[in-house]
Amino acid sequence: MNDTNDLDDLYQDLILEHTRKPRNFRDMPDAARHADGHNRLCGDKLRLYVKLDNGIITDASFKGAGCSISTASASMLTDAIRGKTVAQAERLYADFHHLLTDPTPPDDCGKSLGKLAAFSGVRKFPVRVKCATLAWHTLHAALAAASAPDSEPAPISTE
Amino acid sequence: MTKRAADIAVAAPPSKPAAASLPHAAATAQLDVAALRRQFPILAKPVHGKPLVYLDNAATTQKPQSVIDAESDYYQSHNANIHRGVYSLSQDATALHERARTTVRRFIHAAEDREIIFTRSATESINLVAASFGSQVLRKGDQILITGMEHHSNIVPWQLIAQRTGAILRAVPFSDSGQLDLDQYEKLLTDNTRIVALVHLSNSLGTINPVKSMIELAHRQGATVLIDGAQWIAHGPTDVRDLDADFYAFSGHKMYGPTGIGVLYGKAKLLDAMPPYQGGGDMISSVTIEETTYNDLPYKFEAGTPNIAGAIGLAAAIDFINSIGLPRLAAHEKQLFDYATSRLAAVPNLRIIGTAPGRAAVISFLLGDIHPHDIGTILDGQGIAVRTGHHCCQPVMDRLGISATARASLGAYNTKDDIDALVAGLDSVIRMFAA
Repeated sequence: MNDTNDLDDLYQDLILEHTRKPRNFRDMPDAARHADGHNRLCGDKLRLYVKLDNGIITDASFKGAGCSISTASASMLTDAIRGKTVAQAERLYADFHHLLTDPTPPDDCGKSLGKLAAFSGVRKFPVRVKCATLAWHTLHAALAAASAPDSEPAPISTE
Repeated sequence: MTKRAADIAVAAPPSKPAAASLPHAAATAQLDVAALRRQFPILAKPVHGKPLVYLDNAATTQKPQSVIDAESDYYQSHNANIHRGVYSLSQDATALHERARTTVRRFIHAAEDREIIFTRSATESINLVAASFGSQVLRKGDQILITGMEHHSNIVPWQLIAQRTGAILRAVPFSDSGQLDLDQYEKLLTDNTRIVALVHLSNSLGTINPVKSMIELAHRQGATVLIDGAQWIAHGPTDVRDLDADFYAFSGHKMYGPTGIGVLYGKAKLLDAMPPYQGGGDMISSVTIEETTYNDLPYKFEAGTPNIAGAIGLAAAIDFINSIGLPRLAAHEKQLFDYATSRLAAVPNLRIIGTAPGRAAVISFLLGDIHPHDIGTILDGQGIAVRTGHHCCQPVMDRLGISATARASLGAYNTKDDIDALVAGLDSVIRMFAA
């Protein structure tokens, strides 16, 4: 594992492009909810914001610092969930998780993920899976908090 | 025995007069690194189809065949429990184990074998002192003084005992370059300071602290000093009596020995007066249901069947180091360290973290805004092993306002080729992330 081809699979152009120019990289003071994620192994830290309107995610953004995989993952996540319902976003969260961690991910999960399938190369780098999933776990926490708006979400740690 | 190994490891003395101008030429006749590398089987094992470039010696060193053989030979030919059998196999095992203690004692120039306690790791050695000596001397409001560049293993045990006793834990700050603020150290040392615990060679910054003078200052205030020598021990001579260290902790696996074996050196008069750390077999001289009389040193602190094979392996590791000679090994590493520092300094946007003068063995760095874990993953693809992260020194990272570094750390078998491979690897990292 981890030969040159695997590295190219991990650091796909799309991922590198999002690393260099992360989308939606901003604070959102008027967000409906936010949650914090922390990957202690790498020191990746991010705050994820979502704005909701009638169960639809109308805006999403993030701030923080991390490795290229965690940054690109958060960047692509914020693009992917905008316009989705909370249920659809949760489905993406589940599919993304399957794609990276299941020994045999369901055939259809690559299709539903669209561009996010670029992260399939991370499968071959077990210690980096947590980098890719950090933003998604954080989203999951933010959405869970959104359905119980009186509670402040506890920070998420992928370790 | 060591002579034969020395013949293997050391090339014939160079005949050119230029070589004689090297400092300590007699002690530092050029190391035959190629021959030395052949003693390490793992260095011949490819990683991802590439030759292994192992630059994570600060985390653990690789093991020479002699260490692997010593452990294996123990289990094949001498295995028995020690200190209790009347049969010859047990007596052989006991003799090997106690001979290992003598080897360790000589290596650090301690006065007596009973001052050498075998533990599981440097971490356990520090925990032993914190729990046993700490509970004995610390009262509410007393001070424990550490430094800001300690490994977590020289922070957390002191936090635990501070919580239990009401003692206060303080840390000596360090500068941006990674030097301890010795003025602050003197100010923080008061007659309330019971314990000073400080690192000899920093695993994250490469700084070598002036432990001898710091020990002297602490002693003037009546404090007892523990030195965390885990990182230093394989990189230069250690003389615990010359340092006048009260306790000195290190592990086997960072000095070409096995994992799971560590050492605590302690002055006999301190160890004698301390309560046991753990209870069990071997640490007692007599037990009734009501009470126990404890065994003498060092066994009082070695409850349970110890890591016999590990101790024997550690002795083999010390024999290996002695076969090179620490001065020669240090000279080789210094040459390589200087070469690595100058080559890395020429890499665009590379910033070395820790620039104190007289550093050794450890080079932490950042490369532009590329995250160290990305650096580590890409280098791994080329067979290059470096450590990335906080190096179990989160307070160091916080002090410097960073979350992680990449770290190359050197050992006896490293070569300029390894450094060249690292620099070429970093060039490929830069290319991959270039906008």
